[in-house]
Amino acid sequence: MRKHIYLIGLFLVTSLLFSCGSPQDSEIATVSSTDRNNTMESTENLESVELNGDSRTLKILYWQAPSILNPYLSSGTKDIESSSLIVEPLARYDSVDGEMVPWLASTIPTMANGGLASDYRSITWNLRTDVIWSDGTSFTAADVVFTWMYCSNEEFGCVSSNAFKDVAQVVAVDTHTVRVEFTKPMYFPYGPFVGSLTPIIQKEQFKDCLGAAAQACTEQNFNPVGTGPFMVEDFKANDVITFIANPNYREEGKPYFQKVIFKGGGEASSAARAVLETGEFDYAWNLQVEPEVLEGMQDTGKGELLTGFGSNVERIMVNQTNNDSSLGREKRSLYLDGTNPHPFLSDLNVRRALSLAIDRSILVEVGYGDTGRPMCNVIPAPSKFVSDNNEECKTQNIEEANRLLDEAGWVRGRDGVRAKDGIRLSMLYQTSTNSVRQDTQALVKEWWSQIGVETELRHIDGAVFFGSDQGSPDTLGKFYADVQMYTNNFEGIDPSEYVESWVCEEVPGPHNDWNASNIPRGCSADFDALVEQLEVTEESQDRIETIKQINDFVVQNYWEIPLIWRARVSAKSVSLKGVKMNGWDSELWNVADWYRE
Amino acid sequence: MLKYTTRRLMFAIPTLIVISFVLYVLLDLAPSDPTGNLPLTIPPEVREKIRDQLGVNDPIHVGYLKWMRQFFINEPLHIFEQATGLSIGDSSERVRVVSFTTRSPVVDLILDRLPQTLWVVGLSYVVGILIALPIGVISAYKQYSWFDQIGTFVSMVGFSVPTFFTGLLLIILFSSTLGWLPSIYDTTLRVTDFSSFWQQVKQMIMPVTVLAFYNAAQLSRFMRASVLENLNQDYVRTARAKGMKDRAILVGHILRNSMLPVVTMIALGVPTIFSGAIITEQIFRVNGLGHLLIHAIQNGDIYLIQSLTFIFAVLIVLFNLIADLLYGVLDPRIKYT
Repeated sequence: MRKHIYLIGLFLVTSLLFSCGSPQDSEIATVSSTDRNNTMESTENLESVELNGDSRTLKILYWQAPSILNPYLSSGTKDIESSSLIVEPLARYDSVDGEMVPWLASTIPTMANGGLASDYRSITWNLRTDVIWSDGTSFTAADVVFTWMYCSNEEFGCVSSNAFKDVAQVVAVDTHTVRVEFTKPMYFPYGPFVGSLTPIIQKEQFKDCLGAAAQACTEQNFNPVGTGPFMVEDFKANDVITFIANPNYREEGKPYFQKVIFKGGGEASSAARAVLETGEFDYAWNLQVEPEVLEGMQDTGKGELLTGFGSNVERIMVNQTNNDSSLGREKRSLYLDGTNPHPFLSDLNVRRALSLAIDRSILVEVGYGDTGRPMCNVIPAPSKFVSDNNEECKTQNIEEANRLLDEAGWVRGRDGVRAKDGIRLSMLYQTSTNSVRQDTQALVKEWWSQIGVETELRHIDGAVFFGSDQGSPDTLGKFYADVQMYTNNFEGIDPSEYVESWVCEEVPGPHNDWNASNIPRGCSADFDALVEQLEVTEESQDRIETIKQINDFVVQNYWEIPLIWRARVSAKSVSLKGVKMNGWDSELWNVADWYRE
Repeated sequence: MLKYTTRRLMFAIPTLIVISFVLYVLLDLAPSDPTGNLPLTIPPEVREKIRDQLGVNDPIHVGYLKWMRQFFINEPLHIFEQATGLSIGDSSERVRVVSFTTRSPVVDLILDRLPQTLWVVGLSYVVGILIALPIGVISAYKQYSWFDQIGTFVSMVGFSVPTFFTGLLLIILFSSTLGWLPSIYDTTLRVTDFSSFWQQVKQMIMPVTVLAFYNAAQLSRFMRASVLENLNQDYVRTARAKGMKDRAILVGHILRNSMLPVVTMIALGVPTIFSGAIITEQIFRVNGLGHLLIHAIQNGDIYLIQSLTFIFAVLIVLFNLIADLLYGVLDPRIKYT
């Protein structure tokens, strides 16, 4: 009988041992995996870190954890930004208005310095000669050529392939000169190799990873050789990266930090707390949290917020096609050559009234604080492209909105909702799940009710809403709603490709698997003519004017109702200096210059 | 008993295959997209190409069979080759189950995460048991005493307050206000000396407390009920009539009998250790299996979710069997044939 008690005891003890035994194993495992290369080196590093205390260790927190350190295989911004510590492009965008600064190139090629061909069909980059890869070999034109071959391979599925779609070939003129040749005249030829999406990877390391083989190159994807200030010491996918300073970095005495801990996971508000309140981390990324929450956290004085304005505009897309659920898959939210217009949003007066009723400054106050500004354009920056013809939207004018609707014959019914010919102004307003967006929805709903428009609110999980699952009715591409809200932007500093997104050809539908970018489904021959004109305009001032006209066309037709110019918002500890928040490139673009006071 | 075990294991195979198929179908039909988190500036055509390359657009049966082959044939072969150093067939061409986001083998990711989960969640389970059993026994023995009342109250609180609330409460108290404990679990920490060991203890206190509190609350109620049931049994009265001391009755007779259902409960709960405490791991940023699962779900990483949930299913089936067998071992009246 007694032995049964022992059995129970045995069970408890084994379960105890079972869970206690594992950490030892894990230690052996981690030690062997991290130190497999060179035990000597890492002990030295450990010592130097200890000598300098914690002050030479930079702790960065991204609430989305990096999964891979090869930006060409990234699954999100977190991968692109974490890899920007290692691999670098030829030129980056500056934090001020996105001006280009040469990075691995010695100068920015222009017509004036002969870098840009007079027919705009090729651009020649001169590379810096003092750049060395972290493995000690020198950086040459062959690496740049290889990067193009790597990403443009048809069997690869490269994230940045769009940057290379007009590239005919990339030629190494000599060891430190590269010529990019285009298939057509490119009036903005700085797409490839500029910005965080197209950094240069090492040919030597990736030469066996071309095409379909790229998927199997785990070692390369987890530990790319780079020219940047840091190199990977240990990478735990979806969790944490340990970087150490690159001993071959081109600038003497940089980077200041000897070690970077790049932790991922969690969510935005606790990430903000870790920098602003507890001070456990030095830098936290992308903190879209209500302003009053952030303000409360800042009171402790341990950290401060950083904002960087790029081209992000939170906007409401106005569906120009009928999305009635009774229409079925063959008709719902499809353009069908204009035969399926929206019952009331096809009326310009209604769309204009919707925009006029919104008080953008209150939206900023409630949801964004210093991290947002009222915006009336879909192209908010760089400053030269910004139109000043739409300032009307910055002041709310409910009276005018009501007058417009009255004039257009929309009469208030007994329930306060306007109607005409039996069509009620009743809408479905969808967006992604995010507390700031839900606050915005509630406010807008209230204002719209004041002009006799009834609104039903709906929010969808971001992974579904921003995804493009063919089978899902809830994606932004399907747009099975009357209006929807999210933030869009354009890559880099040149909107000329972005403005093409509203042409008729880009209207999503089954013929292109809803993989097209004209989400509001506005279609106009006049607009398409403007875009065609832009494609053949050479002179830069004329291009700027055309781009402004295109912006005005979209905004004044209210295909999209811009609301807020959104900054990227991150936080840093007060002791961290040298951070220049960038809204155009990777936020960590100048991490080599960061230091601690 | 061996015959019984073999029969149960044989039955488990078709069950698990059905489970894996149902899981895959559910995952495939769920609206998720591995390119959904890419910046919006990446055009739709490029996304489509990435999805093609990943095999997301494969028809459902192709995807499932591909996973079956990779998981049931290629992975075991790989493990065998790693263990023995032999190579069977063309091992370089053999595709392992690969995650969409990291493009690295799923099994490696899981093995990387397992220690943290076992350490944190496993320890909290053990702590929970160690707290719950004495509390349960004493509460039952001294029913309606002040100890029982307090025990009931505390376990009700532990039972009904969700871990995301207690976790946050502890962070605000011990990290933000007092600054005693770290709110973020440091996975790069290596225990080499006493100070790093102390740091490891410090960063484990809060997650382990939160989970142990929750586990203990459930188990102590169960233990109490079980002891109460036995207290009024005939054999207890007989023992008392024989003049045995209360203590001897409690420890020698009641405890053993009332442990029977509790041990089964504990065994059935073991698989939940492996599935991690999803919410608690997320709050304290412990990179365990629950954390991995959430990340996979958010990124539409179908093969990773499928492999993880399938492993959980195997563990649950296995521990159900173990619980049954244990019951037979503990209670000689039960015989499996």
